[in-house]
Amino acid sequence: MPDPRLQLRGVTKSFGEVSVLKGIDMEIAAGEMVCLIGASGSGKSTLLRCMNGLEPVDDGEVFLDGVDIAEPGFDLSTIRQRIGIVFQSFNLFPHMTAFDNAALAPRRVLGEADSAKARITGLFERFALGDHMHKYPDQLSGGQQQRVAVIRALAMKPNTMLLDEITSALDPELVGEVLDVLRQLRDDGMTMVLATHEMSFAREVADRVVFMDQGVIAEEGRPEQIFSAPQQARTQQFLASVLR
Amino acid sequence: MKTLITAAALSFAATSAFAAGHCAAGKTLTDGTLTIATGNPAYYPWVIDDAPEAGKGFEAAVAYALAAEMGFDAEAVTWVRTSFDEAIQPGAKNFDLNMQQYSITPERDKVIDFSAPYYTAPQAVLTTTAVVEAGAMPTLDSLKTLKWGVVASTTALPVVMEQIQPDQSPLVYDDNANVVEAMKAGQIDAALFDLPSALFTSAVLMENGALLGQFDPAAAENPDQFGALMPEGSALKACVDEALAAMTENGTLAAIEAEWLQEATGVPLIK
Amino acid sequence: MIAAVSTIAVVLAVVVLVPMAPGWEAVKKSFFDGETFVRTFPTLLRAFLLDVAIFAWSVPMIFALGLAIALSRGARSPALFPLRVFGAVYVDLFRGIPVVLLVYLVGFGIPGLGLPRPWNSPYIWGTVALVLTYSAYVAEVLRSGIESIHASQRNAAICLGLSERDTMRYVILPQAIRRVVPANMNMLVALQKDVALLSFIGPVEILRQAGIFKSLLANFTPYVVAAIIFLCVTVPATRYADYLLNRDRNARS
Ligand SMILES: Nc1ncnc2c1ncn2[C@@H]1O[C@H](COP(=O)(O)OP(=O)(O)OP(=O)(O)O)[C@@H](O)[C@H]1O
Ligand SMILES: [Mg+2]
Repeated sequence: MPDPRLQLRGVTKSFGEVSVLKGIDMEIAAGEMVCLIGASGSGKSTLLRCMNGLEPVDDGEVFLDGVDIAEPGFDLSTIRQRIGIVFQSFNLFPHMTAFDNAALAPRRVLGEADSAKARITGLFERFALGDHMHKYPDQLSGGQQQRVAVIRALAMKPNTMLLDEITSALDPELVGEVLDVLRQLRDDGMTMVLATHEMSFAREVADRVVFMDQGVIAEEGRPEQIFSAPQQARTQQFLASVLR
Repeated sequence: MKTLITAAALSFAATSAFAAGHCAAGKTLTDGTLTIATGNPAYYPWVIDDAPEAGKGFEAAVAYALAAEMGFDAEAVTWVRTSFDEAIQPGAKNFDLNMQQYSITPERDKVIDFSAPYYTAPQAVLTTTAVVEAGAMPTLDSLKTLKWGVVASTTALPVVMEQIQPDQSPLVYDDNANVVEAMKAGQIDAALFDLPSALFTSAVLMENGALLGQFDPAAAENPDQFGALMPEGSALKACVDEALAAMTENGTLAAIEAEWLQEATGVPLIK
Repeated sequence: MIAAVSTIAVVLAVVVLVPMAPGWEAVKKSFFDGETFVRTFPTLLRAFLLDVAIFAWSVPMIFALGLAIALSRGARSPALFPLRVFGAVYVDLFRGIPVVLLVYLVGFGIPGLGLPRPWNSPYIWGTVALVLTYSAYVAEVLRSGIESIHASQRNAAICLGLSERDTMRYVILPQAIRRVVPANMNMLVALQKDVALLSFIGPVEILRQAGIFKSLLANFTPYVVAAIIFLCVTVPATRYADYLLNRDRNARS
């Protein structure tokens, strides 16, 4: 059996006195789409940030393709090209056009010059942003900006995408266009970990749903099982409060 | 020599005891008192130890002799300090006379009054032994090639620009100390001062100072002459000029000059 | 409307009342003498070109050094701790010393060590003094700009795999520099005025030239001329800085 794409073992993390992750064990296979759900503050974002080394873990191991990236002194820049991450607040570079946002890292990190251009233009066109490529972020709608952020991450040719509530900051009518992008990625077979409050979307697309509560994985399973027949009382409570 | 002058001053004071009919009566700031201003600080050899009250130094001695000639005894002389700017500012003045090596120029005379000159200053070239060793000579041709520094508020700058006409434009400073500092730093080769200041600076402020030469004041078109400065339209001017004329006549001024200003022997004339 | 009326009233009061003051005639002769104005203006304007030249060659050095100091103060790696300390000391030291003192100390002191011509020139060392002082200020301004860029921008760049260096160069600095343009404009206006301090160590720029005229002519009009020449440059520059600042504020709100 091949190594899972991502594997976490006993990951703990605390900020000062506050213990945010209390021993997380998790395996994500290549091509799998995992949705993280849970109450605000349960540790979803922190978990995602630990997966690409943006947040150093206190204890435990994080294997990417069989290599422990949580080891102190590990050169994270090598794996960051393989893991794309997109944030709730887009974090586009406001002084660059959408195209330059996406082209900066391929040029500087992968050393691509002309070859990047066609490839990135292709990405913009694929996600229906071909006409907006040369606009600045403040000339784009929130949904467009978030799609640019996804393109920017994809431009580095990652094999894994971490997506942290990427629709939470959007007006409801703009959520759909961003979710469409994720559907396409899923059809491409991209490995994805998605923290989300969009329960119906999670139910529709996820291979597996992971429910987090106060820093631990309280329950996980296939979406129909989690949403239709949750085993744990706290899962039932959480779902009752969000699906009301 | 000094006692002689003091004695002379005293005898003047005694013979022309201050009387209501005297020329200066009622024309001073404070009746019966002559208020004289000097620099802050006042420099050697014009005032010794920055203490004009002691009457030591050329200008201090001239001041007391002048006061005596005008009928004020030594106790009736009050000293104040001013800067150059204060002296020529419009508005009320806090002195009757201001003596701090003011060169008499027609432009200045439009705004304030000058007494008749009490000293004619030869302009002298101060330099360093290094510059002399490098071949500088007391000739205009040689002076042209030097890098010059002067003090802004003196009349040295026009002399440098018009008589010497140096190849490089001169640098200009606030006071003698800065000129000396620039010379030590090698930023200028030579500076133009009145001879007494040049002698003092060379001997006291510099380790390797040298006097290259002096301009003959008798030969100059506009020799640098020091006059006492008074507010424009001062009523006192006539009395001061009269007293200075008398002092020139009877040799008092020459005697004071001989006592306080070093004989400039050995400083060659510039050709 | 009210503003216009009250402005006119104030101007009228000044124009009518000031000449009624008893000392006006004397003040006018000393400070606002037309003949002196005309006679000294061309020379003063020429002297001002020296101010402009000193300004022009100082500015690039100030910004280059200021940027280097700002970056060394922000160095993150523990190995670069000494650099951070150096940056902090530099800023404290040169912001703490009045420019005039530095002009004297550097302008006379360093050439006094025995440098040969032309390396002892007051132009060189006076410029060095200005650059030392102003780069310290600029470093602080730039650093505040760098710190004002939200950490999420840096995170986004790092997550794309950009190096610290590229992150600073392509993501943080372009935004930070844009943000502190107005503050730096004000700095330049101050520098334009402080260039005149070089006159203390010899160069005959406008302030010195005015002083020379003042003492030759016993008249303060040359200072008024110099002030007017300065205003012609600094007022538009200050207004422009204000304009940029307002535009920036509106853009961000
Ligand atoms: N940098 C930090 N410093 C201190 N505390 C932090 C930091 N980041 C997160 N926390 C805390 O860790 C806890 C978990 O935060 P996290 O952002 O991971 O939750 P979340 O599940 O993503 O919540 P949400 O649904 O609101 O995004 C919270 O209590 C939060 O306050
Ligand atoms: Mg979160």
